[in-house]
Amino acid sequence: MLNYLISGISLGSVYAIIALGYTMVYGIAKMLNFAHGDVIMVGGYAAFCAGTYFGWPAPVAVVFSMCICTILGILIEKLAYKPLRNATSLAVLITAIGVSYFLQNMALIIWTSNPKAFPNMANFIPSIIVGDITISSTTIITIIASVIIMIALTLFTSKTKMGKAMRAVSEDKGAAQLMGINVNATISTTFAIGSGLAAIAGVLLCSAYPNLVPTTGSMPGIKAFTAAVLGGIGSIPGAMLGGILLGVLEKFAQAYISTQLSDAIVFAALIIVLIVKPSGLLGKKIQEKV
Amino acid sequence: MGEKIRLLGKTNKHSLRGLINYGIIVVFFAVITLLKSAGLLTNALEGQLIPICAYIIMALSLNLVVGISGELSLGHAGFMSVGAFSGIIVAGAMKYSGVNANAPRLIVAVIVGAIMAGIAGILIGIPVLRLRGDYLAIVTLAFGEIIKNILNCLYVGVDAKGLHFSVTDEAHMDMAANGTTLVRGPMGAVGVSKASTFIAGIILIILVLFVIQNMVNSRTGRAIMAIRDNRIAAEASGINVTKYKMIAFVSSAVMAGAAGVLYGLNYSTVAPKKFDFNTSILVLVFVVLGGIGNMTGSIIAAAVLTVLPELLRQFQDYRMLVYAIVLILVMIATNNEKIRALWKRVAKSFTRKKGGEVNE
Amino acid sequence: MSNNPNETKYVEVPGPGKIPERDKDKRPVLEASHLGIDFGGLTAVDEFNIAIGATEIGGLIGPNGAGKTTVFNLLTKVYQPTRGVIMLDGKDTHGMNTTQANQAGIARTFQNIRLFDKLTVEENVKIGLHNSIGYHLPSAVLRLPGYWKEEKKAHDKALELLDIFDMADLADVKASSLPYGAQRRLEIVRALATNPKVLLLDEPAAGMNPSETEELMNNIRKIRDTFNIAVLLIEHDMKLVMGICENIIVLNFGKIIAKGTPIEIQNNPKVIEAYLGSQGEE
Repeated sequence: MLNYLISGISLGSVYAIIALGYTMVYGIAKMLNFAHGDVIMVGGYAAFCAGTYFGWPAPVAVVFSMCICTILGILIEKLAYKPLRNATSLAVLITAIGVSYFLQNMALIIWTSNPKAFPNMANFIPSIIVGDITISSTTIITIIASVIIMIALTLFTSKTKMGKAMRAVSEDKGAAQLMGINVNATISTTFAIGSGLAAIAGVLLCSAYPNLVPTTGSMPGIKAFTAAVLGGIGSIPGAMLGGILLGVLEKFAQAYISTQLSDAIVFAALIIVLIVKPSGLLGKKIQEKV
Repeated sequence: MGEKIRLLGKTNKHSLRGLINYGIIVVFFAVITLLKSAGLLTNALEGQLIPICAYIIMALSLNLVVGISGELSLGHAGFMSVGAFSGIIVAGAMKYSGVNANAPRLIVAVIVGAIMAGIAGILIGIPVLRLRGDYLAIVTLAFGEIIKNILNCLYVGVDAKGLHFSVTDEAHMDMAANGTTLVRGPMGAVGVSKASTFIAGIILIILVLFVIQNMVNSRTGRAIMAIRDNRIAAEASGINVTKYKMIAFVSSAVMAGAAGVLYGLNYSTVAPKKFDFNTSILVLVFVVLGGIGNMTGSIIAAAVLTVLPELLRQFQDYRMLVYAIVLILVMIATNNEKIRALWKRVAKSFTRKKGGEVNE
Repeated sequence: MSNNPNETKYVEVPGPGKIPERDKDKRPVLEASHLGIDFGGLTAVDEFNIAIGATEIGGLIGPNGAGKTTVFNLLTKVYQPTRGVIMLDGKDTHGMNTTQANQAGIARTFQNIRLFDKLTVEENVKIGLHNSIGYHLPSAVLRLPGYWKEEKKAHDKALELLDIFDMADLADVKASSLPYGAQRRLEIVRALATNPKVLLLDEPAAGMNPSETEELMNNIRKIRDTFNIAVLLIEHDMKLVMGICENIIVLNFGKIIAKGTPIEIQNNPKVIEAYLGSQGEE
């Protein structure tokens, strides 16, 4: 029971980190960035190359992976999304899917579809064994990382100038621009942060499930997106809450109901929440002005 | 008098656009039949004919939701799979009870598959259509995944006593020893006795076009489009928003179900994985590239984009990469404000030049 | 019916207000009593009491932010009232949504124009006619005779309504490509097409030039006289309000501060204060 709870929180923390990226990008650019899951995959491969091919130590590999993903995020935004700043959300969505296909197929060409065994990058601290419960080093690192990220992001958006600019742009792009905020730079920064987080999520995810393939990011991406919506898209604490709830629910469903149906149960939970609360658990209700 | 002429002209314009679509399908059928009789049709292409028909129906039906009703659905493949699996089960059961002819099996399967998908559409539509925009998109995605997940656990067999279902494994079906397993969990439908034909696909497309086009040019279609353009004004004009959104959504599900049956009864094995999120997206890409709300575009995009990957098979590794790049470039070229303005200017200068020539 | 509204005689009726004497044998078409709505603890409208006679032209005026559009949103059930009762042609609208309220006989236009942009002018009017077109989906799909007959009837009716504003020749134009003034007029035609008993117009003259406004005034009177319906309008153009409204309701901070004929309103010190600010504040 406690075992499942812990592994659920661990998985949920990874979802939460990915969901933070989704939610920030959605909040600011009002777009469903379906390529986000694939940035995670790229992050995983980058860390894998750094660790296995170049033989760099884990922390360096993680930083390297973050740099790659941050640059990738900014590039994607500049090349694919920026030209569509005022286009319909459907056009942006299809473009995001195009980017997702691009990343997956690029990975397929570079690394082939053979799974890569990802080295555990969290085992520089020992596992904790309490009675018959083992908390793996990956779990510990994942939970600590997500808490730190959550606090850092909250402080960033409430205290720093750039963070405040982000909140302003997400409220009203036009008004923010009139107030002298550089909207383009703010959006780029948001993508950079979201993608950097995706790299961390990629490393943590692959440390826990060490089979790295070009589609590694897809399902966690969709689940994390579900988590972001569940928690109320656009809300940072919402993404955290949604991620952890989803992770725990998934692990419990696997343990007590059915492994095969666990995804169905997770998605059903989202639907039930949205029926009761159409803007998610911590989302703001938006009333259309008449 | 002048009014009457105008009315006539208008009706003609509407039905003309519709006739073009029927024409395209008839020409498509004629060309393929000619190529076939001349022995010019490659095996690979011939194998794609029924999937092309199925995807055209998928694109048309999704366009009804996305283009006409203005709602973003990311789970359309879910309805396809409900249709496919119910159709396969019905066709399999009929075969087991001695109906060997393909035509009656296909017809009954299409009807049952369409109805089952329609029921799924109603069940999903009730909670989903209360939501708006991106929330609706994610919930339809979730429903698509749920349907796939449930089908992954489904075991169905048929024996003398009738159909047997289980959600755990084959042994739990309680089937007699001489029964046949029709659906085997994650492996999907196995040993399907094929019943789909190209001509059936063409007939189904024409039927679907007929329903969509006649629906759009009626009070129902107008109500659906009014809700898309301005929900609040539609409500204030006495339009029952939920009812008409539901009509569009469920009709679309019914058509996707029929497409699923056509598709499913074309292969000997069909796995639930075939109808996942990627398939929903594939169909959405057909709709968007063909032009939102443009039925002719949907037909062409679905046909071309189904055949193209097959034709490019020799470029294996790179074709999907190229596809991705082309997709992004097309979206930017057709949606970027500056590029669009440029297109308009080019078009304008072109027509002006033409006008000048006439004057000379 | 009198063309000079200033001469309209008003009578007391049981209920929330007075109605014109000529309507006294008919039930008031719209009655609101003790109507109010709060938004998150903030009272936007309170103690709103009116009665509109069956063929009355009423005006709702007040400074910006007074709650005029909120009143329209309450009357058409876009917002559900926190307090009070709205009787529409004798029927309690409690529990109705916007669609049902329209079907019960209230139609409106919007301050920020809300047309069906991708549909033609004629199709926009046909949406208004939707509930009076008598065929169902199967006969449309199968193109049965009922479809052709009813569509022809709807087409004729749509052109007839568009003719009120001389817009019949624009029938095939896309609504979004109409000039601003024509868009406002189309909204009125669409609302009329729903066959209402009371028509609410939210700033119908906004953005119109004086000659267009003059024409609009004539048309509003024409609509009232042809269709025998009541009109309640929000407008900032005082020439229009004083020119066609028989009874004027003045709203400030969500409450009615005055009701009366144009002459009464023009001389009401409370109204002058609300519009100009009190002398003491200067």
